[in-house]
Amino acid sequence: MTRLTTTFAQPRPALVCFITAGDGDTAANLDALVEAGADVIELGMPFTDPMADGPAIQSANLRSLGAGTTTADVLRYATDFRARHPNVPLVLMGYANPMVRRGPEWFAEAAAAAGVDGVICVDIPPEEDDALGPALRAKGIAPIRLATPTTDAARLPQVLEGSEGFLYYVSVAGITGKQQAQIASIEENVARIKQSTAIPVAVGFGVRTPEQAAEIAKVADGVVVGSALVEICGQYGAEAPQHLKTLTKALAEAVHSAR
Amino acid sequence: MNTPLNSFRNLPDERGHFGQFGGRYVAETLMPLVLDLEREYRKAQADPAFQAEFDDLLEHYVGRPSPLYFAPRLTEELGGAQVWFKRDELNHTGAHKINNCIGQILLAIRMGKTRIIAETGAGQHGVATATVCARFGLPCVIYMGAEDVKRQSPNVFRMKLLGAEVIPVTSGGATLKDAMNEGLRDWVANVHDTFYIIGTAAGPHPYPEMVRNFQSVIGKEARAQMLARTGRLPDLLVAAIGGGSNALGLFHPFLDDPSVKMLGVEAAGHGLDGDEHAASLLGGSPGVLHGNRTYLLQDADGQITEGHSISAGLDYPGIGPEHAWLKESGRVDYTAVTDEEALDAFQLLCATEGIIPALEPSHAIAAVKKVAPTMPKDSIILANLCGRGDKDIFTVAERLGVEL
Repeated sequence: MTRLTTTFAQPRPALVCFITAGDGDTAANLDALVEAGADVIELGMPFTDPMADGPAIQSANLRSLGAGTTTADVLRYATDFRARHPNVPLVLMGYANPMVRRGPEWFAEAAAAAGVDGVICVDIPPEEDDALGPALRAKGIAPIRLATPTTDAARLPQVLEGSEGFLYYVSVAGITGKQQAQIASIEENVARIKQSTAIPVAVGFGVRTPEQAAEIAKVADGVVVGSALVEICGQYGAEAPQHLKTLTKALAEAVHSAR
Repeated sequence: MNTPLNSFRNLPDERGHFGQFGGRYVAETLMPLVLDLEREYRKAQADPAFQAEFDDLLEHYVGRPSPLYFAPRLTEELGGAQVWFKRDELNHTGAHKINNCIGQILLAIRMGKTRIIAETGAGQHGVATATVCARFGLPCVIYMGAEDVKRQSPNVFRMKLLGAEVIPVTSGGATLKDAMNEGLRDWVANVHDTFYIIGTAAGPHPYPEMVRNFQSVIGKEARAQMLARTGRLPDLLVAAIGGGSNALGLFHPFLDDPSVKMLGVEAAGHGLDGDEHAASLLGGSPGVLHGNRTYLLQDADGQITEGHSISAGLDYPGIGPEHAWLKESGRVDYTAVTDEEALDAFQLLCATEGIIPALEPSHAIAAVKKVAPTMPKDSIILANLCGRGDKDIFTVAERLGVEL
């Protein structure tokens, strides 16, 4: 079993936490998330043009790049994280260009060596899977796909084909950090997806509070929180870990006891 | 259409790829939209009524066909090849951009979309989009880099007069690529009712193909006009390239005429040896941005770097994927000219032909200035005069040290 399958095999829902690499003290921030109960870590690879992100994560990307973060730095954060936390699944999330810049095989090899379990690439849909998917699978890294409210029944099988690790259900048609979808719509869509696949479904976009997270955890296998955590990194800088811990602890309790 | 197997005109393939370039690199939210757009575009292409309405608007609203003009005094000044211009600066709104906007808004209406968004750099595409929105009574939001809003204030006012909402974009370098990011963010959040009119032959499939086809009216007219006027085809086509839509519009109908050479002219800004240019093909490398794989200005980690050009319309760190393919296939040659060379060419055309060109085609004219003297006097260069210079007089005055 991979780290991702082991985590999602637990009877309780999983809390998936996102922060942007290189925005503040990344190692300390990641440790805070794990210590407070995060089950899966999504580490954002900064990009100059984060088209699918709202203002919070856009700013985090620019802060990180402004501080000089490189791809080598991101991979080093991953390597060091894996050494400190041998069992916590780590997923890299970002945009295609930094991932394919040196070739997909180079990236897959480097990510595998860093102990990365999965990769979410926002702008490589199933139609362009060749650009990265085969290289990741060859190295045992799960290509994690996104499904959205616009992914209809006819298209869903194509999204699921080749998806590994978990499916990331984007609950709103929009960018990160904005409004949250109605829980009824999330419930209906997650149920629809789960009829078609055995892989776990995690729900994200617009999830900010323990109350929202608990509601979603009732119907999904995992809940993803990003912008709310990234805002803490931006607001508190070096003091971020303690504040991350407070929010993550509340989120984890809410998610883990949801059902 | 019956095209030979070795044609340069039968791409993209069904996945929207031009060789290794192009494609549909978009977020999942947009994927169903992009597929729907392609289906609707195919239906429109097969519908004679769609083409008839497009042609009618181009003739009676845009003012097509645009003239093909022999430039006698410029030709004499340069002392070599005959220089001819395709006068797309005489179109309604003053540039070639309107051709594409007419096509896309007809498609938007066909698809039942009720809101239009667009990005703009120099403001020409924004003005053209605002124009067709006013003509068809659709609300219009234009994203424009805050830097460009400053550089192109007359066009901002034009868009507002036409009823568009102009949103200055302050993220990143606050220029065209950032405006495009913001356009994509808007689209992803308003997919149910919004049509994104992309202004150049770039973005996810089918945009590069669709924009090229709408702009191909330029080359189709020019080819027929040149044959009618001179009895032969030109020896060399020249066009400026930012995203590349005016160049593809001119080049595409000639791609299978082996005697016709083609030269695309990128913006070298302060020079290709430094970082301050916008020449993606000559100074960049392949990567993925804004929905397609193409040549980009980027660093070793794939972070996108800011382009620079005196021309806001060329100041984009990418290029349409078909140009990337045409470069690699060797069918089209590409060169670049600096801000200074473009400024000189701008003044040369004013003085010799009584035409104030936009700074974008001034790059093409600068290339003509270099190449015409090396060609025999009976040879023919056809350059695309894709925009008029009224919008640029303030930028030019500033660069020439003139206070208005």
